[in-house]
Amino acid sequence: MEFILSRIVSLTLFTPLIGMIIVGLIPSDQKNAVRWTAFLASLVPAAFSIALWFAYAQNAHGMRFEETLVWYAPIGAAYHVGVDGLSVPMILLTGILTPLAILASFSVEDRVKPYMMLFLMLEMGMFGVFASLDLLLFFLFWEIGLVPMYFLINQWGGKDRRAASFKFFVYTMAGSLGLLLSIQLIGLTTGTFDIVKLMTVWPKFNKEVLTFMPIESIKTVAFFAFTLAFAIKVPMWPFHTWLPDAHTEAPTAGSMILAGVLLKLGAFGFLRLVLPLFPAQAQAFAPWLAVLAMIAIVMGAFAAFGQTDFKRLVAYSSVNHMGFVVLGISVAAWVGGSTNEALRESAAIAATGAVLQMFNHGLSSAAMFFLVGVVYERAHTRDLNEIGGGIWQYAPIYGGIVIFCSMSSLGLPGLNGFVSEFMTVRGSWPVFTLVTAISMIGVLFTGLYILKAIRAVLHGPKNPKWAGHGMEMNVREIATVLPLMALMLLLGVWPWPLASVINEAVLKLLH
Amino acid sequence: MQLDLLLWLIPVPPVAAFFVIWLFTNRSRGLSHAVAIVSILTSWALSLIVFFNVIGLKDFGKTVIGSSVPWLPTGESVFRMGVLADPLTAVMLFFVPLCCTMIFVYSVGYQNYGKPRDPHDKVGEPPHNGVEPMYSRFFAFLSLFAFGMLTLVVADNLLLMFVGWEIMGLCSYLLIGFWYGRNYDHPKKITPRGAAVKAFITTRVGDVVMLLGIAYLYFMTTTEEAHHILGKAAGTLSFRDILYNAKFLEYLAEQPSVIVGLSVAALIGIFLFIGTVGKSAQFPLHVWLPDAMEGPTPVSAMIHAAAMVSAGVYAVIRMYPLMSAGWEEGHALTPPMLAMGAIGAFTALFASTIAVTQRDVKKVLAYSTISQLGFMIAALGIGAYVAAAFHLMTHAFFKALLFLGSGSVIHGVEHGAHHSNEHLDPQDMFNMGGLRKKMPITFWTFLIGGFALAGFPFITAGFWSKDEILADAFANNQIVFYMLVISAVLTAFYTMRQIALTFLGEPRTHSAEHASENVWTMTYPLIFLAIFALFSGFVGVPKDIAELGFNNFSKFVSATLVEKPHHPEFTFVPMIFSIVAALGGLGLGWLVYGMKPLKAGQKDPLAVLGPIYTLLENKYYFDELYEFIFGRPARWIASVLVYQIMDRTIISHFPRDPNRARTELFTGGHVGGACLRRRLLFAIHRVVAVMREQ
Repeated sequence: MEFILSRIVSLTLFTPLIGMIIVGLIPSDQKNAVRWTAFLASLVPAAFSIALWFAYAQNAHGMRFEETLVWYAPIGAAYHVGVDGLSVPMILLTGILTPLAILASFSVEDRVKPYMMLFLMLEMGMFGVFASLDLLLFFLFWEIGLVPMYFLINQWGGKDRRAASFKFFVYTMAGSLGLLLSIQLIGLTTGTFDIVKLMTVWPKFNKEVLTFMPIESIKTVAFFAFTLAFAIKVPMWPFHTWLPDAHTEAPTAGSMILAGVLLKLGAFGFLRLVLPLFPAQAQAFAPWLAVLAMIAIVMGAFAAFGQTDFKRLVAYSSVNHMGFVVLGISVAAWVGGSTNEALRESAAIAATGAVLQMFNHGLSSAAMFFLVGVVYERAHTRDLNEIGGGIWQYAPIYGGIVIFCSMSSLGLPGLNGFVSEFMTVRGSWPVFTLVTAISMIGVLFTGLYILKAIRAVLHGPKNPKWAGHGMEMNVREIATVLPLMALMLLLGVWPWPLASVINEAVLKLLH
Repeated sequence: MQLDLLLWLIPVPPVAAFFVIWLFTNRSRGLSHAVAIVSILTSWALSLIVFFNVIGLKDFGKTVIGSSVPWLPTGESVFRMGVLADPLTAVMLFFVPLCCTMIFVYSVGYQNYGKPRDPHDKVGEPPHNGVEPMYSRFFAFLSLFAFGMLTLVVADNLLLMFVGWEIMGLCSYLLIGFWYGRNYDHPKKITPRGAAVKAFITTRVGDVVMLLGIAYLYFMTTTEEAHHILGKAAGTLSFRDILYNAKFLEYLAEQPSVIVGLSVAALIGIFLFIGTVGKSAQFPLHVWLPDAMEGPTPVSAMIHAAAMVSAGVYAVIRMYPLMSAGWEEGHALTPPMLAMGAIGAFTALFASTIAVTQRDVKKVLAYSTISQLGFMIAALGIGAYVAAAFHLMTHAFFKALLFLGSGSVIHGVEHGAHHSNEHLDPQDMFNMGGLRKKMPITFWTFLIGGFALAGFPFITAGFWSKDEILADAFANNQIVFYMLVISAVLTAFYTMRQIALTFLGEPRTHSAEHASENVWTMTYPLIFLAIFALFSGFVGVPKDIAELGFNNFSKFVSATLVEKPHHPEFTFVPMIFSIVAALGGLGLGWLVYGMKPLKAGQKDPLAVLGPIYTLLENKYYFDELYEFIFGRPARWIASVLVYQIMDRTIISHFPRDPNRARTELFTGGHVGGACLRRRLLFAIHRVVAVMREQ
């Protein structure tokens, strides 16, 4: 037990890689064997991530389960991993979503083996970003997360997949470039890439090491490079337009992971790197961040409401929901150094709400994309006008599940989304009052687009078009979405366990 | 057993029933309704145990029952969720589960339990003469609805109250749109699914503002001063801790808010009140409630009497100390009170004028609900705390009765239509007439409900509670008083019109001719509710009228507040007004509709009013107006401005062809003045093209 616990982060991190190799050894024509092996292989890191969660939650206190190995001594890079209250929930989310995404992919018939291998590789990349405590390592995993997703969209996507995957690649790469350069600047100046060390050293660092650039400029440049990279990933308005395209073309499971986890990498980057490393710059930029978040909330909701493509509608809902994450982060950035106790508490609530929202959105968006996929697989269209409603009569179980999951997305009290949305609003109201008030238009329109989708898909007289299409979900599909629904309900009724872990980390962050 | 534990348990059975029916028993109709009814009976029994225990408590109101658990970590502190029973809760616990139980039992008959499935019936549309195809689902939704309301009632803080509030919003959406597949021949008539969306969104307008109010109030409990004043209760939203603390209320009333000229208390009060405007369908967010009639009738009763709209009024009664913070008897009203007085009185009058011209038996009742809720809101606006709570209770009884009665009428006429193979609108009162003899139990109970609504003197509950409101209005604000009196006259008038058109005279159609009384599961709840519609008013008879020993309502409920509300000196003037209004209105209605009942094909005598009649019949064209100023622009902004123009054209001018993109990117073709200018021109062209397409 001790043995496992002391290495649990690495075990979580690399078991997907082992799984990937095992899947690679199976002959390609054994499709079912490939599927089941991939699924079972993804259960192993899932089990580790759950174990890690319980082990951490038992004594939630700062950075734990750290592992350090010298990796490339001459430039000061090391294999340094560890988790705190910000990363443990994200690792848990990744661990839970990947097997479900693989389960959702059982209907993929085309080149199953490489598909499954890419998924497992993707999982490792995501785990890595959350667990890295070294900047180079962070960047490495950041890129590992990008490549499989590019191929998943490019090879297994819809009819515009090439344009969409290219756009995804260009946008993300544009961010990565600056990220890599700034990481190197920081490394050159301080001689270390260790994030934990940098957290204490870097904000106060004022020695002029580089001859060609004053330290303040380095900090500013690095801040904006980091911010841009993460802003594209979240995505923040106006860098969001790659998202609807990528989602619309991605295979169902790809969308689940893209919305469920990959978007969180950006927000996580803000919390892990931008806020601790650049507190002064972040504070100065925070009001702009809040305004952009507000625009994302409002515009995202409007754009979602304006869609006729079911999947694009759900994609835009991500822009809307991730806006709340950024709003919460911007409050934390703004209040950071304040001495006003009431405002500090508000910032803690907002930031906890933001992280909780990351988790909640992971659940609800994955579920929603999956449910879009269910109807697409049968109807071969995602156009709301073409679907024409009247499906509920054929698929009562599907209808109930759609309503349940969309209510989580809509932020209905009693389900998870409400808790985090309320916390964010509560925290940001005293800090960015006008921004919060305007964001409420977005909350109103969230209701409109969700109900629009339900009405266009489920409601209406029994639609003869879909007779004999077997619209009802099968057992595998129900099993895919059921764990997500259980978590939605659980976190809505009893958010304490997750929120208290996050809260502890957030207090440290604001300290 | 501890009483606070019982309080926790009250909302549990219905939600358990919801999940049991959804997951396990949905294939068995009998089992499903048994689960639902047993669960609501359990809740009712628990509520009664709590009720009878607390009314015997000494100094109840000063001491209350409740407990809470930590729910959410909030920085260094903790947010607690809990339950509370004070006198106001006790009143709610008395009538909410009672009405719910009646509605549940009634639904068994209404949804044709026991009849075989009619092969012509389609799922998602109302059944013709067989059992409802989605029978189990109906009871699951009803149970969830009851859960939402009971949660709201026992909540000890604003956030938990909001949870119940929104769950009811969902249930009303699900139940209004219960017959989600229904279409009408008339393209302009709103479908159930359309009405469901309308209800949810209109109330959500209020809800998002209310959410801001909650956030604001919550923040105010964490400031430094609040820590001094509240001590350990800082950082909570508990009603007891916040609303009972005069010092804290004073602090809120003195603190300037983000809007110049308004105190924090006033702004929060207005935010919360806007939530109620949505939920209780007050002007200008009243448009959803009449369309909510698209749901099955038990749902209408649920929304209009037992839950939902009552919740809105309950919320402002609950928040009354905040609304009135800084107000003293005889001084200028606080801004939230002014808003409540103005909107309440206006809505009361406005809705009753519309009710006068409606043809649909349920729509008349819908507008009467809006109007009666206006009475309660206006009462709160002028400081009549007890009167509002009193009218809320009596209204729940007689409005539940009236809705279930109208459902019984519709059911009877539908039965007649089925029998005589006639196609007509079974809800149109002009297709009825003469049902008095066909459906005697429905008639007599409906008469009692109607008279209670009209405020028939002395023997109905509605009289006493309405009189209480009028008495307070008379003492405090003459304008509100006269508006309410006129509204009371109209109320009595349209009630008489409704009774006469439905029950009196001779049947005007074959369907009405062949209508028959309904099964016992539908009539017994009517009788039961009729008893309360008659006698529940006696708990609040003014002392000066009769020393009956019943007149404890005021004393009991006002103990909820720290400062006992001032009770106006008793005078006979408002009572005379209210007697004259009720009898006058009823008499007028009798003259127009009762003396010479309409014959088949005869027009509404009120049509002589000409354009005014048309204006009222079309509800002052508010639906059309809102569609024009909100609906269409919103859709345009969403699909054209934000999506087509902003996202697809201005921000993301990204070539769809990857090869072209690559050349543009890597040859640097995208930088430089010429290219930029070309792009801008292109963007403008696209915008123009997109706008032309629309």
